Amino acid sequence: MKYTPLIGLEVHVELNTLSKMFCSCPADHFAKKPNTQTCPVCLGLPGALPVPNKKAIENCIMIGLALNCKINKLSKFDRKQYFYPDLSKGYQISQYDQPFCTEGSIILDSGKAICIERVHQEEDTGKLQHTVLDGEKVTLVDYNRSGVPLVEIVSKPDMESSVEAKEYLKKIHEIVRALGVSSADMEKGEMRLEPTINVKIEDEHGVHFTPLVEVKNINSFNFASQAIDFEIKRQIEEFEKTGIEKSTSNKTTRGYDSAKKITFLQRTKEEAKDYRYFPEPDIPPFVLEDDYIEDLRKKLPLLPDQVISSLVNEGVEPKYAKILYANEKALVAFGTYKNEEGIDKAKLSSLIANKKINLDQDIVTQYQKLNQIGITDVSVLASIVEEIIASNPSLVADYQKGKTTVLGFFVGQAMKQTGGKADPHTLNSIILTMLGKTG
Amino acid sequence: MKELHTLTIKEVHEGYINGDFTCTDLVKHFLRRIEKYNPKLNIFLNLNSKAVEQAEALDREINEKGIDRPLLGIPFAIKDNFLTLGIETTAASNILKGYFPQYESSVTQKLLDAGAIFLGKTNMDSFAHGSSTESSDFGPTLNPWNPERLPGGSSGGSAAAISAQLATAALGSETAGSIRQPAAWCGVTGFKPTYGRAGRYGCIAMASSTDSPGPLTKNIADAAIITKVISGKDPFDATTSSLPVDDYPQFLGKKDLKGVKIALVKEYLLSQMRQDVKDQIITAVSKLKELGAQVDEISLLDPKYSIGVYTVIQRSEVSSNLSRFDGIRFGHNRDALCQETKRRIMLGTYTLSAGYYDAYYKKALAVRTKIVDEFTKVFESYDAIVGAVSPGPAQKVGATKDQPMFGEMEDVLLEASSIAGLSGAGVPCGFVDNLPIGLQITCAQFNEKKAFEIADCYQRNTDHVKFPDLDKTI
Repeated sequence: MKYTPLIGLEVHVELNTLSKMFCSCPADHFAKKPNTQTCPVCLGLPGALPVPNKKAIENCIMIGLALNCKINKLSKFDRKQYFYPDLSKGYQISQYDQPFCTEGSIILDSGKAICIERVHQEEDTGKLQHTVLDGEKVTLVDYNRSGVPLVEIVSKPDMESSVEAKEYLKKIHEIVRALGVSSADMEKGEMRLEPTINVKIEDEHGVHFTPLVEVKNINSFNFASQAIDFEIKRQIEEFEKTGIEKSTSNKTTRGYDSAKKITFLQRTKEEAKDYRYFPEPDIPPFVLEDDYIEDLRKKLPLLPDQVISSLVNEGVEPKYAKILYANEKALVAFGTYKNEEGIDKAKLSSLIANKKINLDQDIVTQYQKLNQIGITDVSVLASIVEEIIASNPSLVADYQKGKTTVLGFFVGQAMKQTGGKADPHTLNSIILTMLGKTG
Repeated sequence: MKELHTLTIKEVHEGYINGDFTCTDLVKHFLRRIEKYNPKLNIFLNLNSKAVEQAEALDREINEKGIDRPLLGIPFAIKDNFLTLGIETTAASNILKGYFPQYESSVTQKLLDAGAIFLGKTNMDSFAHGSSTESSDFGPTLNPWNPERLPGGSSGGSAAAISAQLATAALGSETAGSIRQPAAWCGVTGFKPTYGRAGRYGCIAMASSTDSPGPLTKNIADAAIITKVISGKDPFDATTSSLPVDDYPQFLGKKDLKGVKIALVKEYLLSQMRQDVKDQIITAVSKLKELGAQVDEISLLDPKYSIGVYTVIQRSEVSSNLSRFDGIRFGHNRDALCQETKRRIMLGTYTLSAGYYDAYYKKALAVRTKIVDEFTKVFESYDAIVGAVSPGPAQKVGATKDQPMFGEMEDVLLEASSIAGLSGAGVPCGFVDNLPIGLQITCAQFNEKKAFEIADCYQRNTDHVKFPDLDKTI
């Protein structure tokens, strides 16, 4: 019996543009007084029309480029129709069959590529607030979020474990933050995750696939990971009990209860919506010129993988490079001081990554102090000296012949390697002791 | 002196300049006429309670600065699907009864900026769903020529307002025939600008991909002035064009039509069309020839295909556009929607459903492209296409009962030009059974100027612009 989980991810990223996707209301809706950032367009009033936000489209395409996507030269918006009180127009403007970006990928640290099917642009909905007003249970609608630009990134079901899924999600998170197009603050709902999971089961009877399950609206990497693990286990058990395999009509949607750490059924395919997509007649289709796309490509900043590999090339250990990358302040500190005289990059990166250095205080002084402490340490100096001795056998021979002037060379080398921070007294005695042993 | 309600824009301005009357006089005159005739004809749904006050302010402006805006002091009737601040706007649907808009539509704002004054909002088919004004939730408008007849629609109230001379000019909107057909049935001039020439922001959507605001007027010269005012890039409507707007009034007053090439479409002289209507169209064509135009008979796709394409696209868009009236907001539940509206929502929902989309909507789009291509080819060789506006004159009140395709049949000769987004005029060209009929002069996209030129030359050299004597007709 062999079980292979198949996991695909839909990630919604809220863009941090100044204005909303189709009107000029402010897009920053977090903790604002309800319904203070609305207009006829995002309220879906009669006669109101959407005018697309250029900057948001640019950002969507930048995300596509950063994910190695093909940018479609012909693209358009479509209406996705469903009823919900937070959806002011009765449809969401999204992209259906001609999204801005398709066919991208993300490379995991293992070298495995996760294919990205599409990156498309859409708008967010309003928010429902279930509350009690004058003793009565009511549901209120806040349209501040209605029409905020969203980018949806859809992967192929290429991930085979929650660990891979989490790594993929973290990479997406880092990329959109590196692009500066979204703060992607999970707690504010600026990045929302929807894994689709099933399991490939190989046994003596052949290959089976468990029915697809989409888990909706998760707002933390850990919850996503927990939900995936729960589902894999649940689906295998379910299959062993019922033998029901995936079909075109048995995809279900589940929610995740983070308190109980379980997923729960929300709806089955029979209840699934027919979104009746059709081209948005209020927005003409887009023809994206090569020059426009290339200009955007030129605007791309260094992406996470590029930054990390350049750190590694400078001598930073890969694990420290990632830690530095994940903490902007740390990365800036490293960049600022790495070329200072007497500073060893590898050492500095390790000290910062291991939080030995307080980034709010003078970094050079701390570095020197930490190095001093390290370098009166006999074992540290001994290993440096040992190496120098091992790589200079002819000078060692000279010393043994009585040519004591070579001592200066050994001290100089050790000083150089420690960035001049070795305690001379300790160093001298170590060199003498070790050279003595060679005799 | 001519009676105030008979005056064109130019004549009103002359009256103001000469001090013959004031804007307040004119507005009060119309309000008296509305009070007298509206109860019988049901043209206005709501009146602007501030009209007199606003007229007085405009009079002060006229006194101080003279006429420095193109529509200064011109009283308008506005179709009720345009949002107007301070005036109830319902699109003749009960679901919006009592709705006072939070903003002014782009086109009515342009009219106001040009100095226009709104008398009130006119009746229409509910949500513009129809060609009779009979599907209005507030009762049908009656044709001023004969109250047993319909005014056409959906801009039936605006057309009847001009015919009954209850306003100097009117604003309507056309999705497929909704300006030109009621104009023909009421014997007035209607003009449909190119799709995307005038902004739709604040016009309650019917079919987004063909809705076009346009004027209904006493004559084509007035239509040219108004079309110029309402045209141009609307920053709130992404489908409007940024092409510069021609100075349409400049194209009026041509001595003849020498060098103008006109196509008469064989298929548009339908077999089911009454012979007397055909005769009038042929007479009109002879007049155009007499004025120097070259007229050739050409062949186009049978207009029945346009009906299919238009019906599918329009119903689909309607089903989507009306989904915002979900019963949660605007004060009324969905049972306030009328039968015709529900029918359109049902059909549109069906044509967009999974499994049917390709067979209906996608195919309709493909045929639409074919129709567009066909027109493009025609306009390579011709300046305009002419034909009847409608297969016959105004139908009887009650004619739409159990006729879900009534509008499509009446608009059969206009739907192709609408789905291709063309520009065109509808002008009176004679009478049958004491009812007016109309001639359509259809031009390429953004070639409004040519339609104005031809329609104006025709109108000045014929005598078809007539208004009923209401004390006799109703």
